[in-house]
Amino acid sequence: MTDVLSRTEPATHTPPDAPLTEPEAALTKTTWTRAGNEPEAAGPEARRSTATIRAVDIIRLIGSALAAVGFTSWLFFFALPLEGEIGFVLVSYGVFLLLFGILTAFDENRPTVHDRMASVVMHSLAFMLLLALFSVVIYTFGRGLEPLGFINFFTEDMSNAGPLDGLDRGGVLHAVVGTLIMITIALILTVPLGILTAIFLTEYPGPFARFVRTVVEAMTALPSIVAGLFVYAIIVQFGLTRSGFAAACAITVMMLPIVVRSADVVLRLVPSSLKEAARALGASTWRTVWTVTMPTARSGLTTAVILGTARGIGETSPVLLTAGATTFFNFNPFSGPMTSLPLTTFTFVKSPELNFIARGFGTAAVLMVVVVILFLAARAIGGRGPGQLSPRQQRRRTSASRDDDYRFRARELGVVRGAKSPGRAPPPESIPPSKEE
Amino acid sequence: MALLSEFAPSEAKTDSPRTLSTRVDRPDAVFRWVARSGGTIVVTVMTLVGLFLLIRGFEAIQVAGPNFITEQAWDPNSRIFGIAAVFMGTVFIALTAIFFAIPLSFGTALYISEYAPERIKPLLVTTVDLMAAIPSIVYGLWGFFFLSPIILPLSQWLATFIGPWFPPFSVSGFDPNDPLATLTVFSASTFIAGIVVALMVAPITSSIMREVFQQAPLGEREGALALGATKWGMITSVVIPFGRGGIIGGTMLGLGRSLGETIAVFLIISPVFVIQPLILEKGGNSISALIALRYNEASGFEISALMAAGLALFIVTLIVNFGASTIVARSRSGSIGD
Repeated sequence: MTDVLSRTEPATHTPPDAPLTEPEAALTKTTWTRAGNEPEAAGPEARRSTATIRAVDIIRLIGSALAAVGFTSWLFFFALPLEGEIGFVLVSYGVFLLLFGILTAFDENRPTVHDRMASVVMHSLAFMLLLALFSVVIYTFGRGLEPLGFINFFTEDMSNAGPLDGLDRGGVLHAVVGTLIMITIALILTVPLGILTAIFLTEYPGPFARFVRTVVEAMTALPSIVAGLFVYAIIVQFGLTRSGFAAACAITVMMLPIVVRSADVVLRLVPSSLKEAARALGASTWRTVWTVTMPTARSGLTTAVILGTARGIGETSPVLLTAGATTFFNFNPFSGPMTSLPLTTFTFVKSPELNFIARGFGTAAVLMVVVVILFLAARAIGGRGPGQLSPRQQRRRTSASRDDDYRFRARELGVVRGAKSPGRAPPPESIPPSKEE
Repeated sequence: MALLSEFAPSEAKTDSPRTLSTRVDRPDAVFRWVARSGGTIVVTVMTLVGLFLLIRGFEAIQVAGPNFITEQAWDPNSRIFGIAAVFMGTVFIALTAIFFAIPLSFGTALYISEYAPERIKPLLVTTVDLMAAIPSIVYGLWGFFFLSPIILPLSQWLATFIGPWFPPFSVSGFDPNDPLATLTVFSASTFIAGIVVALMVAPITSSIMREVFQQAPLGEREGALALGATKWGMITSVVIPFGRGGIIGGTMLGLGRSLGETIAVFLIISPVFVIQPLILEKGGNSISALIALRYNEASGFEISALMAAGLALFIVTLIVNFGASTIVARSRSGSIGD
């Protein structure tokens, strides 16, 4: 009761000289009585729950979901001539939304109803997309498992496998080799050119750089078939033949804008204070780029290249037009047709033979593993921002700067000693570490 | 006064602007030249793409004249050909794809930026980005072997119940009251191809939208919440207006992607050479699928016609992408810098 008194004290604490008017008196009175009637409101203030998930929402969700499934089952099996799994899911989702809205509207005001409904819709949209994407991956792996069980799938080409041969004959090693050759050539062309262009965009801003950037951005979504068609046009124009090199050129046209764009973004994130520091120390532009900008952005640049590689490896249509397809090994990119993993997948699944379709899925699974490995490597390297170092880099950097410290102090001491005897500087071990350490 | 007038002219004479010259030494000049030539090469390559397609396709365009735009048939060897059917097919597939991709990617972007628990956010971002890197052939396989059989009953349902009121969903040759009707009239349709392409572009679109949503200023978000807005109220009054450029730009980039998608469409669709606005019905076409279908056994003149078709696709995607990148860049302006 003391607590109640102290809590309601401000209400009674009117100045004594001011006579209470009628309503004020009534107010004080009601405050008193209310406080007296509710002793449970007293006591130390309870901590408010700031959780965003409320039990009542969960109950409403479960309730309306159950009701929706039940109602839809009734609709599908008894009331209306409906069928199909997808239809069932769609109808029950619609009913669920409706019921959930109604249930919430019983207790809440309109903005709250909107909020809850929007939250449910956003959650389910995201869930749906992620589910669909996972099903793409899982389905491909699931059907690709069978050929992946045969060791010859990784060690042979398809030249000895007839159309009716089982999965124990023939493999896709030739496609792996072809992919490796093509992507290597494409990388040799793309990496220097792409990074150089990105450096140009960041280091020499101006009207021309802006124009280049616009062109590159528009080209990022260049249809891959157009890139293939371009190289095919050159082949036709100059009477050349399809080859691995032509395919690599087509892949380069595809990859170049991607690499330039992501490298440009990374280079722009390099703190300008670092670059200005280099300039202030008297470094020229290219020295600044070589010793400051590029090392700082190294992880990001690697990521840009790896992401471009992942895209380039997976492209089918440029290779389709420019490489020609083979069933045998071809190690020479400059003559004769070549094949790649996506192209081999494509030719396999066009066949009506079940074994070939199975091989197609196996090849797609191999391709996807390659892409996922590349992607995760890119994430592992590029997960850090520019200038952030891995523990190993950090150690190396620390030891380098300690060496510098020794060197500077050695020179200092050498100068002091040089006054007495102009001998060589003492070895670093003999020098006491600086006071800061 | 006299003193001032005496000093002022001489001050003006001596205090002329200093000439600030930077002497570029030789390595720097070389570096500048090399970097500039790198940029020039990239632009040149991109210009050559358009140029070569124009050169090779010019013959066909000259022969066909304005019919190239209006003719639906594709028979270059008898000089009757045009891109009307394939172009409209491309547009129908892209529109279907965007219709599905917008809500999916918008919802996913909002979920990741606003609703997802902090712990799983990086994982979700990585997943969506990884999905953008999955090769299109994989999506094509999935669409052809997995999705098509599942989607057929849905197509039938749509054609039966919505088709009578909404013409694009009607299917010629399908009688809902015929108990023996097969589902094959719904296979290999624009609708299925559109859904697969939607899944391919949704990760990219969603990734762009999420980036812009996450940049919505914290102060304004908190202001909205402090004024008593619900979470959805905060999203509609702060996040979405702020991210409008990203939504539009991401959608247009997705549209550009879906216009150019080849392999997935090629695998799923069965090509027809008429304008096919009934998206649930079997058959459709796209420019890229046409090229992939015909390039191999084409005569010299047909190659030229295919190049012209490719040029048309190139120009359309270029316009869409330019628009998209302009809008995205404008929406990001001011938020970049170090």
